[in-house]
Amino acid sequence: MNTQGAFHGLGQDLAGGLGLPGGIGMLISASIGIAAVMGAVTVLAMYLIWQERKVAAHIQVRLGPMRVGGWHGWAQSIADGIKLLMKEDLRPGGAPKVLFYMAPALVLGAALATFVALPLSTNIFIADVNLGVFYIFGIGALSVIGVIMAGWASNNKWSVLGAIREAAQVVSYEIPLGLSLLVPVLMHGTLSLRSAADAQAGWAGMQWAVFTNPFAAIALVLFFVAALANAGRAPFDLPESESELVAGFHTEFSGIRFSFFFLAEYAHMFVVSAVGVALFLGGWHLPGLSLLDGTAHDVASAVIFIAKSWIVVTLMMVIRWTLPRVRIDQVMSMGYRYLTPIGLFCVLGAAWWELYL
Amino acid sequence: MTTREIVVDVKTQDMEVNMGPQHPSTHGVLRVKLVVDGEIVKGATPYIGYIHRCAEKIGESVEWLQYLPYTDRYDYLSAMNNNLGYSLAVEDLMDLEIPERATWLRVIVAEMNRIGSHLISFGTYGLDIGAFTPFFYAFREREWMMDLFEKLCGARLTYSYVRPGGVFNDTPPGWLEDMSNWCDTLEEKWVEYNDLLSHNHIFVERTAGIGVISPDEAIAWGLTGPCLRGSGVDLDLRRAEPYLNYADLDFDVVVGTGEKGEVGDCWDRYWVRMAEMIQSIRILRQCIERMPEGPVMAKMKKSLQVPEGESYAAVENPRGELGHYLKSPGGKIASRVKVRGPSYCNLSILDHMLPGTMLADAVAIIGSIDIVLGEVDR
Repeated sequence: MNTQGAFHGLGQDLAGGLGLPGGIGMLISASIGIAAVMGAVTVLAMYLIWQERKVAAHIQVRLGPMRVGGWHGWAQSIADGIKLLMKEDLRPGGAPKVLFYMAPALVLGAALATFVALPLSTNIFIADVNLGVFYIFGIGALSVIGVIMAGWASNNKWSVLGAIREAAQVVSYEIPLGLSLLVPVLMHGTLSLRSAADAQAGWAGMQWAVFTNPFAAIALVLFFVAALANAGRAPFDLPESESELVAGFHTEFSGIRFSFFFLAEYAHMFVVSAVGVALFLGGWHLPGLSLLDGTAHDVASAVIFIAKSWIVVTLMMVIRWTLPRVRIDQVMSMGYRYLTPIGLFCVLGAAWWELYL
Repeated sequence: MTTREIVVDVKTQDMEVNMGPQHPSTHGVLRVKLVVDGEIVKGATPYIGYIHRCAEKIGESVEWLQYLPYTDRYDYLSAMNNNLGYSLAVEDLMDLEIPERATWLRVIVAEMNRIGSHLISFGTYGLDIGAFTPFFYAFREREWMMDLFEKLCGARLTYSYVRPGGVFNDTPPGWLEDMSNWCDTLEEKWVEYNDLLSHNHIFVERTAGIGVISPDEAIAWGLTGPCLRGSGVDLDLRRAEPYLNYADLDFDVVVGTGEKGEVGDCWDRYWVRMAEMIQSIRILRQCIERMPEGPVMAKMKKSLQVPEGESYAAVENPRGELGHYLKSPGGKIASRVKVRGPSYCNLSILDHMLPGTMLADAVAIIGSIDIVLGEVDR
């Protein structure tokens, strides 16, 4: 099995061609990887924003963006991006400069960094982090710090409330999220997303974790709920609930800084969906995939993986436009009273199932 | 009030935040100064007057008919009902007999506008609780209502259709059938609304048992309309002091029963509005059946000459009792116009209800009182 990232060879070749040592080659390949992730994530998030607007519109008997770019307003996100870039960069009076400017960067940076550990297929990945799951949620949790910084630095009481909500909610839901992820980790015996996905091959590509262990099926539901809360998506969108806190922690941000938060939200959604797919839903495995080999296999794997994640993301969108919002004390009591015990139960149950059955 | 056990052993300072006047859930330019301890509201002071337009004072300087468009603008979501309240008060002063068909048309437009107003209330309450989609569904049906009104009188929001002496215009051909179709569609969609929002578990959790107003409190604060009936008090002016043809129309007065939580909670108030839509549809169907032919306006001068005297006419607006007290010195201009606005009186209970709730409940409670700031401030 190839253990080197997609851009490893390219970096080494470039360095070799220029007569530079291998270390520089590593650096070059890392830089290319980062650039690729940044480009891909931005495009992906912009697509998801457009899609969210379309999903919302069609649920709400509207059409959504229809003009920009021709076909169903496909260029709406690009136009919005340009508009946001051109906007004046505002900072509220009395807001601490460093924190205010650093917060969006930290949030987006954390979201981007998680993508590095995300494999697209057995052979297409940037970095094969053997602690992949741990890394993604560790780095992902950094964004909470960014959000708290943003809320505090906005010099706005509503923003502070939003930031405190985010802190309380995300930190609480890390526990059920982590517990639910322990189940597939136990089953596959690895924290690497690539190995975990490949451990679910078999049955013509249908030996997914959810089908092989009933506790994994419960854990998947648990994971989905916790992931919604973790990503701050409805019905757990309390940190930015517009009917209560105006826009929560990003009320005071405008222009490109606001778009950072926006991109990060969609990137985060995709990452948690992709992790769920890789661990529970068989990653890139699907019946019939084994008929292909070589590059076709890799490309098909990547397409399947992205498609599965896309389905989960779309489900999140549909939920957002369907359900009302829960209250903060209900969120907390649900997390601690129900989800955490269920998570513990799932971990024990899954371990028992794996050991004795 | 729901009591929550809060254990605080760290000395903290309460935070004062301004909710409004530019806040998405204050339904206009209401400003509530909240004192919050984290998420818990400890004190609330509403401030009003941001769109005070001196409507009542204007009534003392314009002619009787000229004041009519100002009534549209207190509660702009139920302009027909406002027109009706004012017209009844003026007719009372003048001892005017209005044609039979006009009376029926008045009932129709008043009930249609009640449905329209309750649709907005339903949609925006969904928004307050965090569900965006019901709002658009509500607007889809309300749009049809506005189209119907547009056919009837040319205006979509501020109609001035009901006026002293009758109504401004007769129905265009086919209008009643169109309206009947609207009722049928609305009745179907109403079931969808309930599936989507009313019985949604999260929605019930957010509203049931929250912001409870006991019947005694409701009466003591002078609440009217769905806020009063939500607390289980059976008082509807259409039934208690019938005007127009309401006495011989068949409809139920919906009262809160505490179906999901306690009597008088947010859900009950919400549900009274939802159920009233169905009752209004019932009334509309009876009106279509019994609609007589004839003129729609009494014969009278363009510029009203009102004899000396005073009158008070109260109608059941979507939000409660809208009273008009008029005093005429005899002639073309009133010497006093006083409006008893339901939103204004209902709002008075707010600072009593908010302390002890959570911030998100505050939004739910303000939404459940269903105020229109245009009428609070006038």
